[in-house]
Amino acid sequence: MAEKTYLQAISDGLRQELQRDDRVFVIGEDVGVYGGAFKVTLGFQEEFGPWRIIDSPLAETAILGACSGAAMMGMRPVAEMQFADFISCGWDHLVTVAAKQRFRVGTPVPIVVRLPSGGGFSGGPFHSQNPESSFAHIPGLKCVCPATPEDAKGLLVAAIEDPNPVLFFEHKHLYRRIKGEVPDERYVTPIGKARTHREGEDVTVITWGAMVYTADEAAKRLEADDVSVEVIDLRTVMPWDKAAVLASVRKCSKVLVLHEDTRTGGFGGEIAATIAEEAFEDLDAPVKRVCAPDCPVPFSPVLEKAYIPQVDDVVKGLRELAAY
Amino acid sequence: MAVREAEPVGSFNEVREAGLDRDDLLAIYRHLLVTRGIEERGHILYKQGKIPGSFYTGRGNEGAAVGVATAMGPDDVGTPLHRDMGVHVTRGVEPWRIFAQYMGREDGPTRGRDGNVHMADAKLGMIAMVSHLPAMLPVAVGCALAFRIREERRVAVGWFGEGSAARGDAHEAMNLAGVRRLPVVFVCDNNQWAYSTPTHLGYAVEHLADRAAAYGFEGVVVDGTDVLAVYREAKAAIEKAREGGGPTLLELKTLRMEGHAVHDDAFYVPKELFEEWARRDPIERFRTWLFENAELRGEEEDEIAARVKKILNDALTRAEDSPQPDPATLLEGVYATPEDLDTPHHK
Repeated sequence: MAEKTYLQAISDGLRQELQRDDRVFVIGEDVGVYGGAFKVTLGFQEEFGPWRIIDSPLAETAILGACSGAAMMGMRPVAEMQFADFISCGWDHLVTVAAKQRFRVGTPVPIVVRLPSGGGFSGGPFHSQNPESSFAHIPGLKCVCPATPEDAKGLLVAAIEDPNPVLFFEHKHLYRRIKGEVPDERYVTPIGKARTHREGEDVTVITWGAMVYTADEAAKRLEADDVSVEVIDLRTVMPWDKAAVLASVRKCSKVLVLHEDTRTGGFGGEIAATIAEEAFEDLDAPVKRVCAPDCPVPFSPVLEKAYIPQVDDVVKGLRELAAY
Repeated sequence: MAVREAEPVGSFNEVREAGLDRDDLLAIYRHLLVTRGIEERGHILYKQGKIPGSFYTGRGNEGAAVGVATAMGPDDVGTPLHRDMGVHVTRGVEPWRIFAQYMGREDGPTRGRDGNVHMADAKLGMIAMVSHLPAMLPVAVGCALAFRIREERRVAVGWFGEGSAARGDAHEAMNLAGVRRLPVVFVCDNNQWAYSTPTHLGYAVEHLADRAAAYGFEGVVVDGTDVLAVYREAKAAIEKAREGGGPTLLELKTLRMEGHAVHDDAFYVPKELFEEWARRDPIERFRTWLFENAELRGEEEDEIAARVKKILNDALTRAEDSPQPDPATLLEGVYATPEDLDTPHHK
């Protein structure tokens, strides 16, 4: 056990899988000599060679398609999209081929796509997005969004083990900002199991990724109001832990769904609808959503702050729910 | 690196040198007849209302498909398309399963989850196509990448059409394969029409294979109605890839002898063009070649025809007995389980 950043945890998990399993390889833009845009694979090419840490041409469809073909031939590819935003260039392959091959013809496609995602540092419209809900909508894909270093490693291992295409959304804002104890040995954090980040009794916040920390800050502020807030870290949005969400809703009776992605069609809508269908009788207030507004991610720090849900926004929502 | 235009195959000796004996030649002939027979019978089934959705054939492309598949090794893999029924037949997919696939039955390779030629038998090294052509080219490149990483002497064959060559997937796949000199052969079924769009509205070079030079490998133009020329060129390209020589782009020129699918009467194709290419029918052409070069005899031909007829009749009967898929199984296999990885390839 050692204290590691979120980024080191991902890097360590990936290195361990490369060491223990010859089938695992990494392909992406600048992942080799340069070590990746965020240095997750720094030093990997020296350790594993140029045919396991593969610098690809700038071509997301080729990267993802090659991963699927290699996976069908028994490999366990891990692709890096330089930024999650660029997965739009590989959308067709993931949705058309990778997601449907098992259903259509029985061929599993065990690939992992690492997606540095999220905003908070003026990345602008093309280096800041959180596209998980788009892919959670596609049957056949799994979407993983770890918030802690421990989960980042354990879920990456789970993603590589999984026989399906798994999109691994790693939040850039957490890379070097968040540290935590991470076991040295190999372990698997199961996909589809939520985690209670903070126990509470009055209001539940359902969230994932970097917003776990925003929710936690807001919960601390609500202590002054004598309101006890529970924070559920979903950890994976597809599959998502419906049972854990409903249990927390039944316990607190009031719920706020929080995500960094935009509001309309965001995954929070699915969670809210499920709560309305299955826990309506347990609610003491309407389900509230705090999300980014329906607009592209802006560049200016002032505008971006207005775009990404802030602690103040969550505090306001929690107070409204508490007072309801 | 200029594109090369392949010569037709003249004598038996030429293909003997390329690895074919007389039994192989007769097998090719049988595969051609089964391929066309499956599609002709399928068309009848469609008219009888037994095939849901639409129906596609590869009439005119049988020689191209059978020629390439015959050149592949048993451990090689490929991504054949909707004009390439001959590949499935040559690799050994049982015809009754193809009819079951057409009819959406439980015993089709996709168990009714997908239709028409969207199928493949992974055990035979085939990967099922999707509609978004040429989406399977990057996949074929990925197979080749796996072979290269593991240093296996295996080759992937990726099929596409001249129409889909306009899409970015074709470029990305060929570029990556060229950069890494991967063991992959790109096969373009150039049947001159992408639905109703002629080649001059699809690309601006003389031959599609001209593009190969831009990716750093050889392009070869082959008459796709000459099954033996296709075989010879595919064999050379596949063995070159196997020996580490990198990719080749084979452009197999044919004419799509029917509409895009059964609903399309292809009114936009000049009648004279159909007449011209009908005289170059790949099966008739090979039959004549067998009589002239391989001593095919009338009674031998009759035997082959009778055998093919029996294969097709038996297949149809068996396919019609195949049950409809059970709606209760609809959600099966949306997600793979670890047990699914226990396949010939996922080891």
